Amino acid sequence: MSGPSNFQPKSALLQWTERRLPILGLMHSSFVAYPTPRNLNYWWTFGGILSFCLGVQIITGIVLAMHYTPTVAGAFESVEHIMRDVNYGWLLRNMHASGASMFFIAVYIHMFRGLYYGSYKEPREILWILGVIIFLLMMATAFMGYVLPWGQMSFWGATVITNLFSAIPGIGPKVVEFLWGGYSVDQPTLQRFFSLHYLLPFMIAGVVVLHVWALHEVGQNNPAGIDVKSDKDTLPFTPYATAKDSFAMVCFMILFAWFVFYIPNYLGHADNYIPANPLQTPTHIVPEWYFLPFYAILRAIPSKLGGVIAMFASIAVLAFLPWLDRAKTRSAKYRPLFKQFFWIFVITCIGLGWLGAKPAEGGYVIASRILTAWYFIHFLVVLPLLSYYEKPSQVPASIAESVLGKQPLATAKAKGSR
Amino acid sequence: MMNKNTLLALGIVSALSFGASGAALAADAHAPQPPRLKWSFSGPFGHYDKQQLQRGFKVYREVCQACHSLKLVAFRTLGQSGALGFSEGQIKTIAGEYQINDGPNDRGEMFQRPGRPSDTFPLVFANEQAARATHNGALPVDLSVIAKARTYEVGFPGFLIDIVRQYQENGVDYLQALLTGYENPPAGETLTPNQFWNKFFPGHKISMRPPLEDKRVEYTDGSPQTVDQYARDVTAFLMWTAEPHLEARKRMGFQVMIFLIVFAGLGYFTKKKVWANAH
Repeated sequence: MSGPSNFQPKSALLQWTERRLPILGLMHSSFVAYPTPRNLNYWWTFGGILSFCLGVQIITGIVLAMHYTPTVAGAFESVEHIMRDVNYGWLLRNMHASGASMFFIAVYIHMFRGLYYGSYKEPREILWILGVIIFLLMMATAFMGYVLPWGQMSFWGATVITNLFSAIPGIGPKVVEFLWGGYSVDQPTLQRFFSLHYLLPFMIAGVVVLHVWALHEVGQNNPAGIDVKSDKDTLPFTPYATAKDSFAMVCFMILFAWFVFYIPNYLGHADNYIPANPLQTPTHIVPEWYFLPFYAILRAIPSKLGGVIAMFASIAVLAFLPWLDRAKTRSAKYRPLFKQFFWIFVITCIGLGWLGAKPAEGGYVIASRILTAWYFIHFLVVLPLLSYYEKPSQVPASIAESVLGKQPLATAKAKGSR
Repeated sequence: MMNKNTLLALGIVSALSFGASGAALAADAHAPQPPRLKWSFSGPFGHYDKQQLQRGFKVYREVCQACHSLKLVAFRTLGQSGALGFSEGQIKTIAGEYQINDGPNDRGEMFQRPGRPSDTFPLVFANEQAARATHNGALPVDLSVIAKARTYEVGFPGFLIDIVRQYQENGVDYLQALLTGYENPPAGETLTPNQFWNKFFPGHKISMRPPLEDKRVEYTDGSPQTVDQYARDVTAFLMWTAEPHLEARKRMGFQVMIFLIVFAGLGYFTKKKVWANAH
């Protein structure tokens, strides 16, 4: 899709470099000349926003790590030291903590966009699976990051989640000891979580490179869900996508800044300002909001092992999506039934999120079970059946037609070259 | 276009509503929700009332400090911008009134010396065991970040409205309610001699005796010397100990917002211009 670059630097020095390492040409073909479908809407700006989020987390994280102490005795106070004594430490820490939530808001929108417009379908299966891997890495990173301030919710969250692995038959308890580096969540656990929390973002960055590479190989999907057929269907990345992405990114920054500067503690738990105490369990152990749907699935299953399997399966099933939904039509725009099921699925996920925050008792458990069942039915039953029984509506003949209407192409061309 | 933007906003809101209890950690279903009070430091232009912080500090020193420490707070920070407004001299005097453990000296001995501005408030008890021993097993917690370590649950849709309203004063609402929430236990409830009934405490049975009474602390600025006022003042002071840079944060937030909104406006028109040819 990117094709060989026709980039020709003017300066002799750059020509010399370009002959030996064509990195400018790569940049040019990836981010300037790269053809983007001309009908992309604002839901397509979240890829760029996610890169921004990753950048913010890495930069603030590196500076925070200069001031943070990964010890049981010192972690909590070192975070307060950052908040109080480090120059603009409060800003870095608020950005990093709220930034994790912003990252997940963006990634969930990005994923739901992919689900709605069928972005996982042929030929984008690997692109999609790489995305699922990034999501998994993000969850691991966020989980370990939340442990680092060593508050009550850090400690007990770590205890609950690492204990899940004890459900593995036979080797479970050994696996948990291996994760802890001892017989409970303690100093070795904190220290390795810090190490891994520093490592994983760079692994995410690596998979992001693969993700973008795969994207640039197969080209972007688009709201019409049809392939690019001619040059009229596309616009060069710069200035079109650049201008649109930048505007969306600044809007996203406003939301981000709202949390960072005005309600920095809104997305965290008050209990995490109580130093970790292994002898005192908090009344309710609740994970961060972005894990709540999965937490609800975990608790919906009456057996521990079953719950763990269901939770991991709920993410793993995403990787098989390209083969569960075999419908040829990509975009929900032209799939009337799929569109309705999509919104039911969105409501299911939000409902699971809400239930994940509620105590596991009475009606909440029953509701969790119904929604968990529906979560899997959607992927394993509804989507395969829809592939065969749904009659899609007429898709437009081309991307240009979908966005410019059926006006004579000559006019569109004239407009385009004005 | 309008429609798409509305959808975008909806998407963000629905994504956020995953966090049904993002900030709301259930205290106790039985405890009533503390009333929401007016705080000078709430909202986008919130700032601390220096007089109030100084009164609250006085309440802390004359009442709370008998049991509760502030081990994360350094004396010097009392004079920072957006703090209590004490001068360097005043801070030296205050710090000097505390005895700090230091050492070892040349002879290898630990010793006590008067506090310096760079010190933090010393511990009230040498360790947790000592604290518990003098309080019938109860532990008076450190108050440095207590205003952020307490909250109450806000149901739907209140927790979403709080995002828009920038309401983040749940902790101080709770503390003020707790300090003024002592009452006689309802019939049928029995308390041990070291327990007290508090309307807002989760489980209601609290080991802290009612700390405040009218006229207990003398105010020189004419503020009412009532339990309610003491509670408000000391709670405001504890908000400052928990968020000493709150004023700087909100001030910078406003600058950032103005910048981003103008930038977004420019970005919008740039995008419109660029795309004018394409559609």
